[in-house]
Amino acid sequence: MSVRAAPAPARFDAARVRRDFPILGTRVRGRPLVYLDNAATSQKPLAVIEATDRYYREQNANIHRAVHFLSEQASHLYEGARAKVATYLGVADARRVIFVRGATEAINLVASSWGRMSVGAGDEVLVTAMEHHANIVPWQLVCEEKGARLVVIPMDRTGTLLLGEAERLFSPRTRILAFPQVSNSLGTINPAAELIAMAHARGVPVLVDGAQAVPHGRVDVDALDADFYAISGHKMFGPTGVGVLVGRADLLEAMPPYQGGGDMIHSVSFAKTTYAPIPGKFEAGTPDIAGVVGLGAAVDYLAALDWDAVAAHEADLLADTVEQICDVPGVTLIGTAAHKAAVVSFVMDGVHAHDIGTIVDQEGIAVRTGHHCTQPVMDFFGVPATTRASFALYNTREDIAALAAALHKVRKVFG
Amino acid sequence: MADLSDLYQQIIIEHNRSPRNFKVLPDATGTAEGDNPLCGDRIIVYVKLDGDSVADIGFQGKGCAISQASASLMTGAVKGKPVAEAERLFQAFHAMVTSDPTKTPDTSALGKLAAFAGVRQFPARVKCANLAWHTLHAILARSAESVSTE
Repeated sequence: MSVRAAPAPARFDAARVRRDFPILGTRVRGRPLVYLDNAATSQKPLAVIEATDRYYREQNANIHRAVHFLSEQASHLYEGARAKVATYLGVADARRVIFVRGATEAINLVASSWGRMSVGAGDEVLVTAMEHHANIVPWQLVCEEKGARLVVIPMDRTGTLLLGEAERLFSPRTRILAFPQVSNSLGTINPAAELIAMAHARGVPVLVDGAQAVPHGRVDVDALDADFYAISGHKMFGPTGVGVLVGRADLLEAMPPYQGGGDMIHSVSFAKTTYAPIPGKFEAGTPDIAGVVGLGAAVDYLAALDWDAVAAHEADLLADTVEQICDVPGVTLIGTAAHKAAVVSFVMDGVHAHDIGTIVDQEGIAVRTGHHCTQPVMDFFGVPATTRASFALYNTREDIAALAAALHKVRKVFG
Repeated sequence: MADLSDLYQQIIIEHNRSPRNFKVLPDATGTAEGDNPLCGDRIIVYVKLDGDSVADIGFQGKGCAISQASASLMTGAVKGKPVAEAERLFQAFHAMVTSDPTKTPDTSALGKLAAFAGVRQFPARVKCANLAWHTLHAILARSAESVSTE
């Protein structure tokens, strides 16, 4: 995530970017779509839609197998996407980029393969209080199997991690630290470099859940020094069904396979199978080739953006949303950390999030309501659910004005 | 097109604001907890049966206006009624909120509960309206079961 100070970035042209996303021109319930559920999934630019379309129309074949023309071409596209992702994420060696179904599968792969190998009875897995269920449950499964336990770094009422507590919670039994770079329900941007340094000083490897970070800024995984980095393609303007695990080469090489099957082997006999080198070892079976090709196109799209300008635009959106929403009587923000992505969770006195969701939906506005797969976060703030407006680079002040007007309408319905 | 005022009728807003029978029954003969895990709505229903009738009923819980008002109006509708009548209301209510939104639903047996007819135009909210009723149904089915096995 970019934290560089940007000296007066070029003005971001959101109107131009919106034209790249066909769905933003559609109408919902008779009104122009206002899409504010980007933390759940982002919309797709034409370049991504066309790349997957072209793949199926002109390039489809299975990869890494046949010698025929189409298979060679499909393999070339697939490996080309791997190289693009590696370059975009600052990963020096593309073999360290493993294609998976999404961040959830990436974390499950690490918990299942590395975790089973490295976590034993009495050991500890360190996570944070703002974890998505995807970074809790896979570790719980390993802990239950091995007799290890989950230790949780607490946060304060703004949704900021308590780093002093984090320091204290490392023990000689800590086997891994897993944390989200950006919280999906609170928007908090965690001090990733500091947390990683803290873990590495104690010889503890780190998994960063980057699913919510990559849609909002450039991430350099090698500079960050994360041992594992997990992302979902569909949250970064790519297709659903594809994601990426970046791992340290020596860890990936030492880890047992996650799934067995074709493509992940070197040789198979009924007596003994030897495994393919990375990344093949972790890519059993025919992958989502079209998804990977689409993700490659998404990365091309992202690489061409002026991220300083995007950051300034999203910071404006965040400030404007906070101002407009707090103007609605009875609204309380959930998640007010000093460093935040453009994700705004809130509750309204006397009105449940689902009622808000239904009423704003009638205005063509898509927000998320519920616990956002972070029940421990809801419990911490003592709320059953929140309404979450999560932004992407194509959102505008008009979207925020529509949301604010709809929230005033909610207030009117409920008195 | 679905109309918001069909969903958020005044009686629903009012029962959400001041739910009736929002209480624990210490001498309940049956209780059950219902939840919609995906949205986090949770409700506990307490029933005190006296022979074959619902002598008293209460509920506790948190949820959206539809689920809270539905629970409140349900308690009013079944209190003092025979169990068989409560079950008939459950069936009629369930049928109404899941009926074809393009057709006028049969609300003849439902009295005030007809206020929830608008829910059928909002498929995502049907489960909110049904939560309390399913929870009550679980209690009544269970007591029928325990009666029949004795």
